[in-house]
Amino acid sequence: MTQPFRTHDTGRIHRDQPLRFTFDGRTLTGFAGDTLASALLANDVHLVGRSFKYHRPRGILAAGSEEPNALVTIDRGGGRITPNLRATQVELYDGLRATSQNRFPSLSFDLGAAAGWAAPLLSAGFYYKTFMWPPSFWARLYEPAIRAAAGLGRAPTEADPDRYLHQYAHCDVLVIGAGPAGLAAALGAMATGARVILCDEQAEFGGSLLAEPAATIDQWPAAAWVVEAVSTLATSVTLLPRTTAFGWYPDNLIGLVERVTDHLADPNPHAPRERLWQVRARHVIIATGAIERPLVFPHNDRPGIMLSGSARTWLHRYGVRLGARSVVATNDDSAYLTALDLHHAGVAIAGIVDTRPDPTEDLVEAARSAGISVHPGQTIARTEGRMRVHSAILSGGTQVIPCDSVLMSGGWTPSVHLFSQSRGKLRFDPATGVFLPGESAAQEVSVGACAGVFDLSVCLSDGYAAGGGGVRHFAVDGIPTLAPSLVAAPGTPHPKAFVDFQNDITTADLALATREGFRSIEHVKRYTTTGMATDQGKTSNLNALATVAGLLGATMPEIGLTTFRPPYTPVTFGSLAGASRGALFDPVRCAPMHDWAMARGAVFEDVGTWKRARFFPLGREDMHAAVARECLAVRRSAGLFDASTLGKIEVVGPDAGIFLDRLYTGTFSRLAVGRCRYGVLLGEDGFIRDDGVIGRLAEDRFHVTTTTGGAASVLHHMEDYLQTEFFDLQVWLTSTTEHFGVIAIQGPRSATILAGLVEGIALSDMPPMSVQSCRILGLPARLFRVSFTGADGFEINVPAGDAQTVWDAVMAAGERYGITPYGTEAMHVLRAEAGFIIVGQETDGTVIPDDLGLGWTIGKAKPDFVGKRSLTRPDMVRDGRPQLVGLLTKDPALVLEEGAQIVTLTDGAGPSLGHVTSSYHSAILGRSIALALVADGRARIGGSAFVPMPDGVVEVAVVRPKFLEAGAEANTGAPPAIGSVSAAAAGRPRLAEATPRTMSREATPAVAADHDGSDVPNVGTSRPPVRSAEPRPSMKLSGFPASPDVHATALAPTSRLIVRASNAAATAIGASIGVMLGSVPCRGIVSRDRAALWLGPDEWLVLAPEAEFSLLEQAIAAAGDIPASVVDVSDRNHSIEITGSRAAWCLNTFCALDLDPTAFPIGMCTRTLLGKAEIVLWRLGAETFHIEVARSFAPYVWDCLAEAAREFGS
Amino acid sequence: MLLIPCPWCGKRPENEFHHAGQAHIARPEDPSATTDEAWADFLYIRTNTKGRLAERWRHQHGCGRFFNAIRDSVTDRIAATYKPNEPPPA
Repeated sequence: MTQPFRTHDTGRIHRDQPLRFTFDGRTLTGFAGDTLASALLANDVHLVGRSFKYHRPRGILAAGSEEPNALVTIDRGGGRITPNLRATQVELYDGLRATSQNRFPSLSFDLGAAAGWAAPLLSAGFYYKTFMWPPSFWARLYEPAIRAAAGLGRAPTEADPDRYLHQYAHCDVLVIGAGPAGLAAALGAMATGARVILCDEQAEFGGSLLAEPAATIDQWPAAAWVVEAVSTLATSVTLLPRTTAFGWYPDNLIGLVERVTDHLADPNPHAPRERLWQVRARHVIIATGAIERPLVFPHNDRPGIMLSGSARTWLHRYGVRLGARSVVATNDDSAYLTALDLHHAGVAIAGIVDTRPDPTEDLVEAARSAGISVHPGQTIARTEGRMRVHSAILSGGTQVIPCDSVLMSGGWTPSVHLFSQSRGKLRFDPATGVFLPGESAAQEVSVGACAGVFDLSVCLSDGYAAGGGGVRHFAVDGIPTLAPSLVAAPGTPHPKAFVDFQNDITTADLALATREGFRSIEHVKRYTTTGMATDQGKTSNLNALATVAGLLGATMPEIGLTTFRPPYTPVTFGSLAGASRGALFDPVRCAPMHDWAMARGAVFEDVGTWKRARFFPLGREDMHAAVARECLAVRRSAGLFDASTLGKIEVVGPDAGIFLDRLYTGTFSRLAVGRCRYGVLLGEDGFIRDDGVIGRLAEDRFHVTTTTGGAASVLHHMEDYLQTEFFDLQVWLTSTTEHFGVIAIQGPRSATILAGLVEGIALSDMPPMSVQSCRILGLPARLFRVSFTGADGFEINVPAGDAQTVWDAVMAAGERYGITPYGTEAMHVLRAEAGFIIVGQETDGTVIPDDLGLGWTIGKAKPDFVGKRSLTRPDMVRDGRPQLVGLLTKDPALVLEEGAQIVTLTDGAGPSLGHVTSSYHSAILGRSIALALVADGRARIGGSAFVPMPDGVVEVAVVRPKFLEAGAEANTGAPPAIGSVSAAAAGRPRLAEATPRTMSREATPAVAADHDGSDVPNVGTSRPPVRSAEPRPSMKLSGFPASPDVHATALAPTSRLIVRASNAAATAIGASIGVMLGSVPCRGIVSRDRAALWLGPDEWLVLAPEAEFSLLEQAIAAAGDIPASVVDVSDRNHSIEITGSRAAWCLNTFCALDLDPTAFPIGMCTRTLLGKAEIVLWRLGAETFHIEVARSFAPYVWDCLAEAAREFGS
Repeated sequence: MLLIPCPWCGKRPENEFHHAGQAHIARPEDPSATTDEAWADFLYIRTNTKGRLAERWRHQHGCGRFFNAIRDSVTDRIAATYKPNEPPPA
């Protein structure tokens, strides 16, 4: 195929680089530099699609992103299918495969075109009127049929194999649009030394200048000036071609989509296909140009009918003639340039039809002297031609002009979309008849054609000044300045005079809407769907507005514009999702014994973002069998459970007990040191929020446990009251959830098994509900004698990094007793047997303590605690409240469904009394058990009720919510975990961390600080007090791409303290441990091998080489009588160091902070978010960052950074 | 995504923050002395202001501090932020 409509020499395409591509299976050729649309036109392919509703043959209307008709599907193979791409924005590459849409079986023979004959039925609002009866047909027949007939391309059915990334960026000036005004603006901004980003949706910068071969700027040919400008900008401006600014969000956050690889035949597999930029710009310069309007006349949508300015673009930029014989239809001067340029390129211009009675004289003269006939005061009455226009009939109906193309111009509409999205107010400009940017609501300015400026010289100087470059004159020649025209007056409504090409809306549809009483343009828009297609009415909005104004006899400003909303052009779901899919969709948090459980064949369940072992099947066991075996092991001997995910908060300070009194229902200020008490936490509304065991470690130190899901929210709740309500209390909170691994050993043999492992205390001295500091395997441990099973048991808290070692030792010690690991499912069954509730299962946010029989937890003598007052509100003391009961089915084998309703009537009907909250098979009892919340439940104990189940109504006996008496199997005499607490404490425990660990990890020589050894604190210039080492096997921090530009290292274990104190106390503590706890926010201070990172106004993270546990003692001693909190959190975090020229870039793929050295200088540290994980980010050098991340989030953070680094891999 | 000026850390992206409801709702000194109606008002009744309002935020993924912000619920603009025990700016 020879590209018959390609010119010999014009255009910016590369004729020496031919490319083959297919369209609907037909092989064609184009050149490098073509778009799919220009290549099709060069091959005289004009019919490219079928319209949305009537399936009318459609061609290419425009040359840019405003194109409404030419939507194609590109198939790159392997599931890489993208529908609804505008052919005008698809860059040609060798082997491109494109297909047309919305036609069957083919473009030229489309059965759907029958819809055209049914057009009278398909008018505006047709589906509301036509398909009303019978109502049931809508969902089953009408809607599916309509959806099948109307539409765009088909969504791919396979998963998208491509990668997508996000990128956060910050700049002083973002310039949107790299036409003349935008380029000048970027040059002006660059001259000020500002941080500048320049983006343009097209592949090549230059905008309209690329199609102005005669124009010169400062005596440079326009295209050469563009090249010069771009190469100047490239030295310091971030240039983003193929990047659409699609949305404007609060505080000058602009969404951009960069199409990174779609234009390449053979893309780098490590590069993302698209990158979604979120640019925070101090100032935005909008230079988005203008879009030409079609003229509205009957049958103005046939293939071969195009916008006139686009025809010039095809000719000058792509070297394509649009036909052999064209009619130009216009109400705007610019079309004369098209006519003359095409005439000179050898296209016969069959006439210029100008709706204006008095067109600009010299233009008419120029046309006529070129032999082109001009028809002033005329319009096109209609066109003819099925698959391609073949003639235009002028108004009056007698003059028929044969042609193969009609080039129309209805004037130019400034692209005010982004300005409007920024909440700026548009103003109507009577001189040009369009809406222009008026009062700003954001830090932005519009320049060039989008601000209604069409004089090239003014566009350039305005742009330069807007960029901040000051006054500069640009000498422009070779391009006439043409005043744009007003919107053409709409003709008589006609059912084939298209206003909105993509949604098939005609002037007749708009007339119908106004006839039916719609007056607001917003209502007309929704009723007719004009402007609501994927092109957002770029070519149609003003014509629709003018038409409605004409029909209503109102002016355009009276009617007003509809609202512009993001996205400017469609954005792929892949871009919006970015890396947040598959393994990186959410952090996957693994407990310390995760790898062991994996190796043991555990089946896991998701608990929030945690993976928890649900049960450990042996052989071919199913869940039922495994859980039964695990439960029996606990009841008869001992079981081992990874309870590490439970939330843990260290509450420290002289008022810690009082604080807990005010937060929890019970009284903790009188709890003896070494004892524990069950606590119920209420909201101020009296409803149960959380629960857990609280142990008193010292007069001023409590170890509070929360539910797994409540860990973060309880801390938030506590901080809220501390910071905003209880100003009088001196208490500080530190999360130790991830510092400790928690191993629960439960069952009658627990004490026997543990006895040989525990050093420093005698288990016999530990009553139930007590806590002691001790050593296990020489490791510091907090040992709780608590039970969540009703059996005797302990919970061992050891530093998380050592938890597996301890677990292994307990397993070995218990082997001869048949110790059995159990999972969350058995844990649920065991606690239900004992009648313990689970927050979130027995509670739903409307349950108060008494409902669950937990009224005993309330300290009656306390005058107040959070939620107390609400417990006496009328609804809380009324009859009929839901109360926790047990249910036993008549058939012991039948397990009720959780959530099932409970009724009194045997047929399962009647009002619901409540619902089943928990239901299991209990192996030890040999039958099913269930807990339920039932209205007045306690009064119903001893009676029966009915539960409708899928297979029929089941009768149940209502019993006490406790199925197994404590110690019934265990014979240890251990009472239930909850209850009264003996005042006799077994001595005051030492703090576990206050003793050095004897279990040493790898020897870790101190790191030499690179200052002179003086004690002067050194801000940020030293190395961190941690060294690189191989990550522990369980860490899975591996597989970082090898790259010269970015490198990540998992650092060796480190000692970490959280100090929380007033500035005065912090100063004293800092002095004693040799590092300054500074009061300047967000600064990390390094001194020798230690560092103190400011995390909050009363919170520091101290880092020190491992095994320096004297630090904790020193710090606590230094605080002395000054109230302060020092907590060891060494094992809470992992440290990652990321270095290299792309380090900040990779962080900014997931982190929204501005990491420019001016905004985030060396020495700065802060908590922030990296993707969905909280981190502490600390800058140690221009290209070196230290990350502190909670251990369970470390693999996620590592994998995120690796994903960002992939494209820089060597 | 809003930029919210934390009184301690400066302007930070909205995703670091946690909204915490209307500000300046004092917990009654002696809850046991309040009537049921007054307590219900304290718990549940909010002004749902159109326009300028004071509300609580927490720099959850930053310095962890609660603070107050004056925000316009129509424009979504934050006019000022201040610490919890400070009076709202005029």
